[in-house]
Amino acid sequence: MTQLWSLMPEFWEGLRMTVLLLAVSGGLSLVLGTVITALRISPVPVLRWFAAIWTEVARNTPLTLVFFFTAFVLPMLGVRAPFLLLALVALTYYTSPFVAEALRSGINGVPVGQAEAARSIGLGFGQTVTLVVLPQAFRMTIPPLINVYIALTKNTSVAGGFFVVEMFATTRQLVNDNGNIVLPLLLVAAALYLVVTVPLGFAAVQLEKRWVVSR
Amino acid sequence: MSATNVLFDAPGPRARRASLIGSVVSLAAIAAGAAWIIWILAAPRVSGGITLPGMFDASRWDILTDPQVWGFIGTGVAATLQAAAVAAAGAVALGVVLSLLRSSRLPWVRIPTAILLEFFRGMPVLLMMLFILLVASTGAFWAVVLALIVYNGTLIGEALRAGLAALPRGQREAALSLGMREFQSKLLVEFPQAFRQMLPIIVAQLVVLLKDTSLGYIVGYNEIIRSNMNNLASFFGNRYLFTLFVVTLVIYLTINLLLSWLARWLSWRTASGSGTVAAGADPGTADPTSAIRLVQAASTAHQPGTGTHL
Repeated sequence: MTQLWSLMPEFWEGLRMTVLLLAVSGGLSLVLGTVITALRISPVPVLRWFAAIWTEVARNTPLTLVFFFTAFVLPMLGVRAPFLLLALVALTYYTSPFVAEALRSGINGVPVGQAEAARSIGLGFGQTVTLVVLPQAFRMTIPPLINVYIALTKNTSVAGGFFVVEMFATTRQLVNDNGNIVLPLLLVAAALYLVVTVPLGFAAVQLEKRWVVSR
Repeated sequence: MSATNVLFDAPGPRARRASLIGSVVSLAAIAAGAAWIIWILAAPRVSGGITLPGMFDASRWDILTDPQVWGFIGTGVAATLQAAAVAAAGAVALGVVLSLLRSSRLPWVRIPTAILLEFFRGMPVLLMMLFILLVASTGAFWAVVLALIVYNGTLIGEALRAGLAALPRGQREAALSLGMREFQSKLLVEFPQAFRQMLPIIVAQLVVLLKDTSLGYIVGYNEIIRSNMNNLASFFGNRYLFTLFVVTLVIYLTINLLLSWLARWLSWRTASGSGTVAAGADPGTADPTSAIRLVQAASTAHQPGTGTHL
């Protein structure tokens, strides 16, 4: 027990790195995903195709392969950057199409009748979008977005295989160093992941319940 | 808003011209970006005073004419597909069992299952693989397969449970009034419908499963990435790293896009099939109300929606 307790600082460092990866790549992929959604519903066909191709390619590439590209192929091509930055790039790229799909499904979830009604009482394009469609799309979007972030939390563990010392890499190192307490170490790591993901999932459920009812 | 044109009037000549100009400009911008990337890749590299040929030079691609190389790549593909096939069969089976347990009437079955599902859903697959590798010491293949079965099984179970919850209540009532038992009704009436409706989501989850076999790279299973990138690239040297990466990417994209199209085709078929409740598989193309119905079903069942699990 004391042995396990003495390793808590390492776990804390790992958890901090995981949360850092989650926060930064989550924020960046929200930006990138919004841009892709905007392209996806834009009136210019070329931009729509570009966004569609981006989405298809990014969500059908395994995250491990994306990480491989940023961690090995990019440096081979002459890009010099710390591994943390490369990991953030990989996570952002991989998460962006899922964010875009969540946003798009929110917009698609608003019944056409809402926009028709808004148009028929004389609202213009800007008013229809900002006053009627987006407020409803927003509440439809938050729960699936939270699910994307839960998945992102779990995906940050792949960074541990590519030179970023976060929870997974920390756990692997600690397990190698402390062969006598493998099981407790793994359970602590699992519990720490759940500390991040379960509250997020709980928030998604609560928001979903409140917002679906009030619709 | 599947029909965006509700938002504004039909475009007149000016709007059409603006859209055309926008198309041309953005096409030019995208082409310029692509050309820039290709130019960077094709430029010769200088490292430590030695000039190496660019990425498209024939000397970087000549190994692809060697049939033995393709033999090695084939073994990697086979290993990935094998792990994915075993894990997919296991995950669907586990999902079916879990969904039945989770929607049981008996609290002492339902509640422990719910806790177990919550536990496995919140954990990274990679950690599970490490767990199985170290605690059960099964070897890399079974570590990958078992972790994928447990993880995707819980997600498929969740999807099936949401499908059960989304069925009209009349189905169950009709079955019970015919004299079926609870379990008979669930197994013979409700479950087949839920499974059919959730089939697109299940296939989409199997795409995720296939992608996740690549985590075997980290825990030491010789799947495509490991056999191409570690074994072949270290044998032939760094010069072929980019080539092998492109080959691996193309293989993965081919397999996954085929599976994704299968999922979409199934979703289209289910949605346009007989008068069952429309499936909420792809809210982008399907009837928008189906997405709402799915969310409602999920929220009445006190669980997050089944839409996105990457």
